[in-house]
Amino acid sequence: MSDKITFMIDGVEVQAQPGQTIMVAADAAGIYIPRLCAHKDLAPFGSCRVCTVLVNGRPQSACTQPAAEGIMVENNTKKMTKMRANLIEMLLVEGNHYCPYCEKSGNCELQALAYRFGVMVPKYPFMFPNRDVDASHPDILIDRNRCVLCARCVRASRDLDGKNVFQFVGRGPEKRVEVNANARLADTNADVTDKAVDICPVGALLRKRVGFEVPIGKRLYDSKPIGSDIEAQKGA
Amino acid sequence: MPTTDKTKRIVIEPVTRVEGHGKVTILLDEKSKVKQARLHIVEFRGFERFIQGRPFWEIPVMVQRLCGICPVSHHLAAAKAMDRIVGGENLTPTAEKMRLLMHHGQFLQSHALHFFHLCSPDLLFGFDADVAIRNVIGVAAKYPELAVQGVMMRKYGQEVIKVTAGKKIHGTGAIPGGINKNLSIAERDELLRDIDQMIEWGKSAVKIAKDYTVENLEKLAPFGSFDSNHLSIIRSDGAYDIYDGGLRAIDFEGNKIFDHVDNQVYNDYIAEEVRPWSYMKFPFIKSIGPENGWYRVGPLARVNNADYFDSPLAEAERKEFMAVTNDKPNNITMAYHWARMIEMMHSIEKIKELLNDTDLQGTDLVVKGDRREETVGIIEAPRGTLFHHYKVDKNDQITMGNLIVSTTSNNEPMNRAVQKVAEDHLSGVEITEGLLNHVEVAIRAYDPCLSCATHAMGQMPLVVELFDCEGNLLDKKQK
Repeated sequence: MSDKITFMIDGVEVQAQPGQTIMVAADAAGIYIPRLCAHKDLAPFGSCRVCTVLVNGRPQSACTQPAAEGIMVENNTKKMTKMRANLIEMLLVEGNHYCPYCEKSGNCELQALAYRFGVMVPKYPFMFPNRDVDASHPDILIDRNRCVLCARCVRASRDLDGKNVFQFVGRGPEKRVEVNANARLADTNADVTDKAVDICPVGALLRKRVGFEVPIGKRLYDSKPIGSDIEAQKGA
Repeated sequence: MPTTDKTKRIVIEPVTRVEGHGKVTILLDEKSKVKQARLHIVEFRGFERFIQGRPFWEIPVMVQRLCGICPVSHHLAAAKAMDRIVGGENLTPTAEKMRLLMHHGQFLQSHALHFFHLCSPDLLFGFDADVAIRNVIGVAAKYPELAVQGVMMRKYGQEVIKVTAGKKIHGTGAIPGGINKNLSIAERDELLRDIDQMIEWGKSAVKIAKDYTVENLEKLAPFGSFDSNHLSIIRSDGAYDIYDGGLRAIDFEGNKIFDHVDNQVYNDYIAEEVRPWSYMKFPFIKSIGPENGWYRVGPLARVNNADYFDSPLAEAERKEFMAVTNDKPNNITMAYHWARMIEMMHSIEKIKELLNDTDLQGTDLVVKGDRREETVGIIEAPRGTLFHHYKVDKNDQITMGNLIVSTTSNNEPMNRAVQKVAEDHLSGVEITEGLLNHVEVAIRAYDPCLSCATHAMGQMPLVVELFDCEGNLLDKKQK
């Protein structure tokens, strides 16, 4: 019996190790499945749903769903692209994402996804939530206006830094990232060297006073769309 | 809008071929004489409030969204202010010269836009020419070479901004304490290729403005004109400067009211008055008071204030300009255009000088020093002196912002110009579209950036409504 699993993504044969997720196998094959909460250094979480694919016709999150022999995965199809664009639009209107003056612009995964999936002007009404900024820490800034609740910081602080600085509180529309302290980020043991600080896909968790140091043209997604690094693996 | 007394009210809303959204109301008495004319700024800006709580390093990029025509002014004024927050106001040569290049690029594109696209139709065809040809398309049809020059000069200025700020509009080049990029050799060579053409076109643009003003001096001298004080920044040796310097104010005869005033204490010299009928404030020189302390800013004030230009072509033109008024300040509203083209000439000369300076290829881009919590950045925007004043708390968040933009300083002068033109041209005659355009011509001389003085959005059709003294709508024209 072979130790490889073989399955299909959009008609292309892909191989996976037993236990590997669809996303990990796709990455190795140079097939980009978009994602926001998933990160290579963190365990799968499955919260943002941007990586949703159809597995034998059923929606599943590719970051959590293990690959299985013979499954048929739909990823880069018109239907899935439209659904992902809708998801991205909802994330954009739910927060206060002002790309024109956001220092993460050009390096932001949400913005890059919006460009890749052709989201120019959301069709949903902006919700303009009233969210706050925690600038109490000398070196780290939390801007909840831009948080997409991906939990990367929560997981990185817990699993990579061993600190539990961040946590979610509240439910539904009231859900927000809080710090594991009674008051503000300055009251925690968060440090600028923590892995959690740089893991935010948007501009919600930032190193202070970095701002716009990287000029336009040199930013991560200025010249190539998000996912290009994975697609470059194809045939490698 | 009906009036309560026996007057007629004419409304020009919005004013066309200016940046942003404003309206003019003219009240006529029973004998159709102009009783009152006002330029209203009808929309609200709000930037001072919504920058509160934002981190200071974000502000130079954020506040430039006040405007799409001269965002570089706000970008650099805020950056100059934030330099002081990080103790980095003594920039490296590379950082300072990159910012200067960006700023001169902006003066070139903005002045070209204003002169060629917005105002040349009035000058070339006449203030009351057929409205069907009195526009930039009409200019392109009758004077194609001139129209191309205007477009290409603006494009060149935008390219200068792109290589210094990263984008033609709303870039990110200036950061607290410096700049985020230098100028590559390839970028430099690309710009050097066309600079001599720009110099030639700059010369011909000054000539057009000069010849027009001199030939029509008798008609233009009284047009919307009045004596005023003049304010700008000035270099320590008295040279014209648009990026850095102390504040200089002179009266209508050239007597100095104050000179080389430290930017950080502008509040001791300038105050702002609020009037109930406009969202725009009325700044004035404190020592003179609100009644007579108002002043002009922009090209006319800067050329009047400068002891000299440190570039030969512009300096020669300045001397000719000042000779018209026997070296006394020029108080002719329509002379703004001539002064503007002299400034554009200077910016082209400075761009050439900077492009040949190897400091622009330096790699020492940012300096930082002792932290401050309050700061003022003052710069000359194309339309005039621009004040940015901020307070930042220990958490790096903005707690206070005050912006006095050029058009705010020119608020009283523009209202005076509107009043004067209305009195001189509209009283006791049948009012036509061409006559109403005279009012707009006076406003356009100031190049008002109404969008940055307030806030603008949406379509801008011109609506003119004529009411009788009972408040009945007599006529309505829209274009």
